[in-house]
Amino acid sequence: MSNLYTNIGRRVPKLDAPDKATGRARYLQDLKLPGMLHGKILWSEYPHARIVNIDTSEALKIPGVVAVITAKDLPERNSGFMKDNPPLKRDKVRSLRDEVAAVAAVSEEIAEAALECIRVDYLELPGIFDPEDSLRDGAPLVHEENKNNRVKMKYRFENGDVEEGRKRSVHIVKGRFKLHFVTHTCLGTCCCIADFDAKGKLIMYSPSQVPFLHQKDMADVMEMSGSDIRIIQPTIGGAFGSKLDLYPYEIICAHLAKAVGRPVRLSFSRTEEFCCTPTRQPAIIESEAGVDAEGKLTFREAHIILDAGAYVSWGPTIPYVMMNSFSSLYRVTNVSFATSIAYTNNIYAGAFRGYGNPQGTFVVETQMDELAKLANMDPLNFRILNSNRPGETTPQGMKVTTCGLEECLKRAAKGINWKENRNAAKGIIRRGVGLASFFHVGGGARVYRSDGCGAIVKIDDFGQVTLITGSSEIGQGSETVLAQITAEELGVRVEDVKVINSDTDIKPWDVGVHASRTTFIAGNAARLAAAKAKRKILEMAAPELGVQWDELDINDRFIFCKAKPEKRILFHKILRKKHFAYDGNIIVTEHFYDPPTKRQDRDFKGNVSATYAFGTQAAEVEVDTETGIVRVLKMVVADDVGRALNPMLLEGQLEGGIAQGIGYGIYENLLLNKGRVMNPTFLDYKIPTVRDMPEIKVEMVETHDREGPFGAKGIAESGSIPTAAAIANAVYDAVGVRIRELPLTPEKVLCALCEKND
Amino acid sequence: MVEISLQLKVNMQKYEISVSPTMTLLEILRGEIGLTGTKKGCGTGDCGACTVLLNGKAVNACLILAADTMGTEITTIEGLAVNGKLHPIQQSFVDHGAIQCGFCSPGMIMSAADLLSRNPNPTAEEAKNAISGNLCRCTGYIKIIEAITAVNKYE
Repeated sequence: MSNLYTNIGRRVPKLDAPDKATGRARYLQDLKLPGMLHGKILWSEYPHARIVNIDTSEALKIPGVVAVITAKDLPERNSGFMKDNPPLKRDKVRSLRDEVAAVAAVSEEIAEAALECIRVDYLELPGIFDPEDSLRDGAPLVHEENKNNRVKMKYRFENGDVEEGRKRSVHIVKGRFKLHFVTHTCLGTCCCIADFDAKGKLIMYSPSQVPFLHQKDMADVMEMSGSDIRIIQPTIGGAFGSKLDLYPYEIICAHLAKAVGRPVRLSFSRTEEFCCTPTRQPAIIESEAGVDAEGKLTFREAHIILDAGAYVSWGPTIPYVMMNSFSSLYRVTNVSFATSIAYTNNIYAGAFRGYGNPQGTFVVETQMDELAKLANMDPLNFRILNSNRPGETTPQGMKVTTCGLEECLKRAAKGINWKENRNAAKGIIRRGVGLASFFHVGGGARVYRSDGCGAIVKIDDFGQVTLITGSSEIGQGSETVLAQITAEELGVRVEDVKVINSDTDIKPWDVGVHASRTTFIAGNAARLAAAKAKRKILEMAAPELGVQWDELDINDRFIFCKAKPEKRILFHKILRKKHFAYDGNIIVTEHFYDPPTKRQDRDFKGNVSATYAFGTQAAEVEVDTETGIVRVLKMVVADDVGRALNPMLLEGQLEGGIAQGIGYGIYENLLLNKGRVMNPTFLDYKIPTVRDMPEIKVEMVETHDREGPFGAKGIAESGSIPTAAAIANAVYDAVGVRIRELPLTPEKVLCALCEKND
Repeated sequence: MVEISLQLKVNMQKYEISVSPTMTLLEILRGEIGLTGTKKGCGTGDCGACTVLLNGKAVNACLILAADTMGTEITTIEGLAVNGKLHPIQQSFVDHGAIQCGFCSPGMIMSAADLLSRNPNPTAEEAKNAISGNLCRCTGYIKIIEAITAVNKYE
């Protein structure tokens, strides 16, 4: 199909790429404010202990140390989803990443030296590190004010009649799955700068993905008004969900700045990044599913056990999304989903690309393969038979409008030579292929009362268009895609559009970067603000060209008569003329887009997203039966993207997501021993290097979503969701072993092979 | 601690600075000289974000003691573009979508620049070898390899 658009569908390079390629981009770590001090945090020595006494007197004697603070210096205000996390711990530490004291000094070295001089007397308490043990009677209490370690959050979803489904089943699979700790390893470690102005207003230079939620949370915990807090977002070195919450280090940094009356920067070392930032939520999942004689799914039942860690950040809320993998990835009426969430003395979990969906999809897609085998069906055909189609409403009330899942399945299978490569393994090093699909929100996610984003378009006398968007750039390329959308709607070139997106004092409100929502939500906001600007321009131009405004259009910077295209004028000439006329006017328009969706009710039903994204990944792997080593040779990803607004950036999202998915599937494992991270270096925690990457083929299935900006859906998380499942299914095809615990390490594969051969 | 007077050239510019014996090249580049394009991702030589050229050869600046760079010529990411025109490898990274968050990009580009100075037409395998010590968490490396192998199309 030919491209009807001039800016949409083009491989436009990222607007910020030249600055990033030349070292000019200023990251948080590069910023230095006059008089700035350096903050450092003293972390707990024990995973569970009472704090008896903290003596900071020796630390304060060190030249260059300006302030040392402990919980005593702070108001009793907690942060986190359950407001259970004090920025500095008062009477007790509950994990090894607990913040005990903090220092501001003239250099990081002096701040670190000061930490070593702070004396803390602890009374060690017995710890609890296993979520199932933690829920048993008599377990040591992580939060003593609670009667037990059960986190008071429930995600219970029921639909249809599971028992009826079970009775109807001719085959049933049942399994216990274990998903591990992994961490984001953003290349830029956590960093923020806090600065109070002379009027007592706080400026936070922050890596937040959710600046407006951050502003409010910070206001609450600092006992300030939200209007007294300004969040500035310099270039950030990776996020992937890790910057979705307000964390103690940011609050501590603000308190240090307040205490010293100077700007303070607090930056994590790589070790701190591994040990003291939230992980992906680990999970134990017991799941059962069945099929009838025709090969149609009869029921799914899942019980999820989550280790929250010592405090509740976003991690324990992931069942909200994980539930979708069970209820809505494939068509099944009878569903039961329940959770048990436990506090432990481990480090706590947060949000990480996919938000529970990689964990849930691993289980669902493993069981799809197992069911296909029992039903004696080809796993591809089995999936097609059970896949969603346009017009479907899932048991959670999610309305499927556009849906290209069937085509995604077929194209992914074709790309991996499914028919030829399946069941073809032989020899010592065996090859296999596997499939897995995903279902994810693609049109925002109404998890808050508003899922909106504001946009302002202004145009100057030179034809420069400025889009001020509420959304944030975290490296994913949102500002480039938003510039394309704005340029397309206005009829100008993408290089005519500048995007301002990094200051809460300037930009209009947005929920934040999560749920793959920016292209869709911020894209629609930008498009509609630009449409208003265009209408104004055409109204200004109409008298000049002697026609009605609706007889005009704009293309490549020219306003022209649709009936007589040679009758045209450069659009900024009109703007300048109107600006400097008597009773002059300029172009500034705005739009706040909030999608036509609903929050889920207490039963977890409701159409939370304006559209849903689907896709399939196919993996080809090689398994060495003598060493157990798994190598991924090729990945094919076919995604229903609605429309590819910028195929190059879209490929980048999928390729990068798959790299993280491969890490999750076969390499990465943050090892905890009694709450202590045992492998806090890149040498011991292995993320994929270039040498670990397979060939990746990206197939875009375009379903032109009615609600999406120029038909697009959100896809940024999707690359990471089904990868591990597709690899595990390919390993099964290669060597016939089913491993229900990630990552697929050589040890696990070899053990499974030995068991199979015994 | 005794300070050492260090003379070196960074991006063709001569510097004479006083450094402590424990300082690394990365610290003086970012701190003393103010060239913050070179990034610190780990400080232990594992991620490659701090890659610079030392006498034309790619090194991890976090593993080199500043005092050991006496009399050397260093090129950082800021020294690649000439008269405001991006070096072909920088332009290729931009055009091929090889940059997302960008934190690894300066180090990646310097590793690639080292390769290209010796081998202007690298194969994908050679490109992979050159950046095998540079970690990227965003891109999956696919577009980085495309960018390095396409540099010969730029002038």
